[in-house]
Amino acid sequence: MSSTDLWRDRAAVEAVVGQMTRELGDVLAQRGITRPLMVGIHTGGVWVAERLHALLGLNEPLGHLDISFYRDDFTRIGLHPQVRPSHLPVPVDDRHLVLVDDVLQTGRTIRAALNVLFDYGRPASVLLATLVERDGRELPIAPDLVGLQARLQPGEQIKLTGPQPLELVLAKTPERRAKRDGGVPPANA
Amino acid sequence: MSADELQLDGDGRLKHFLTIDGLGRERLNQILESAEGFIGVAQQAIKKVPLCRGKIIANLFFENSTRTRTTFELAAKRLSADVLNLNIGTSSASKGETLLDTLRNLEAMHVDMFVVRHGDSGAAHFFAQHTAPHISVINAGDGSHSHPTQGMLDMLTIRRHKGEFRDLRVAIVGDILHSRVARSQILALTALGAREVRVISPRTLIPARVEDLGVRVFHGLREGVRDADVIMMLRLQRERMSGALLPSAREYFQLYGLTEERLSTAKPDAIVMHPGPINRGVEMDSQVADGPRSVILEQVSNGIAVRMAIMSLCIGTQNRRSQATGDV
Repeated sequence: MSSTDLWRDRAAVEAVVGQMTRELGDVLAQRGITRPLMVGIHTGGVWVAERLHALLGLNEPLGHLDISFYRDDFTRIGLHPQVRPSHLPVPVDDRHLVLVDDVLQTGRTIRAALNVLFDYGRPASVLLATLVERDGRELPIAPDLVGLQARLQPGEQIKLTGPQPLELVLAKTPERRAKRDGGVPPANA
Repeated sequence: MSADELQLDGDGRLKHFLTIDGLGRERLNQILESAEGFIGVAQQAIKKVPLCRGKIIANLFFENSTRTRTTFELAAKRLSADVLNLNIGTSSASKGETLLDTLRNLEAMHVDMFVVRHGDSGAAHFFAQHTAPHISVINAGDGSHSHPTQGMLDMLTIRRHKGEFRDLRVAIVGDILHSRVARSQILALTALGAREVRVISPRTLIPARVEDLGVRVFHGLREGVRDADVIMMLRLQRERMSGALLPSAREYFQLYGLTEERLSTAKPDAIVMHPGPINRGVEMDSQVADGPRSVILEQVSNGIAVRMAIMSLCIGTQNRRSQATGDV
């Protein structure tokens, strides 16, 4: 059993997404990218990508990626019980992509997502935007755009709940809760 | 050993896929959900996913088949597995090697999965019972008993067109007596909660007490397809016509052949299915086979996705097992 606390409420999450939209607009302008293709990773990444897509007023449809078939833990735990079809409505060849996820931790999801994308084609570039960047990286993967940063205690996890409203919750396993002193560092640190 | 004990592991996960009997709605839906995901792989520029990289899958076909063997092979290759195709009829068996010896030899080649088609009912069960514990067995058709991957690809095709099963009237037409496809379809449809399952067949081609499976029996095509949402035609094995069961192909078509005219009592948006290969002018008219309600070629594509789902679920269960026991 794990318990969950609200970590950031809907207003805070919406504010962060608004800030990310402005920063993403700047990054795209800097790089001279006028027609990016946005792709969200199931499930939380798609929710964040839907917001960014609408706020940026992108014309081309949003892509959805499911990484179940590319996970590196299939050889340990078998097929993920909930697979959703990946859907990339526009060919990715020679396009500039913005890959969106909710929480970046180990980097393994992003590794898998990049492999999925490259089985669809050869993009010109890929930018990574994540709502939360937390500690615990296991692969050399860094985001280009981050909403919030967090350092968590062992046994703690941040999860995005949604799609309406979007809120961030902190999940804790009971045996670790005693060590919680210090808690979570301030966001945007 | 019952099929349930054999095909599920201690945690209720699919280890072998031998029959639809006993799997239950939730597990069947899980297979269909996963298959939906695998349909998307066909849209990729590189039509492969890495799930079964390094695994060896052996197709053991003791009975001829082109479509089933090819779609199993393609499914395995799209999962990045290595595939062996063995036409046993033409190799070891004819040199006198026993089935168990064949099995042991393939195990020694570190095969991870057997896909078995055999003319005898229960052949896949036999393989599952006698094979090493780290190997999965998939039934690709055994005698007149079961053809569960065909049943599941049919369910996927229905679900993609019609959504929920609980509202559907489904009619199965043809040689119910000898058809392993019909048996698997009936088991799947009843488990998934179809509103009504009908079988339409001459009296000579219907098994005794078929009603016990939860189906309604019709002997006339026109009444049988009335208000049906789905019409599933079965292949008429031509060899049956040499016996006393059927007078002739022409007479069969006169009574049971599906034509546009006979379809007129079905729902206007009814779909027509056939497991292939079609005997045109025997089970159905070309006008129907090539017409707007026919989903026959979609069944073939869906067969690849369903087989990918079932293979990866079974291999995934084996992976968990070896992880748990430290036996790799």
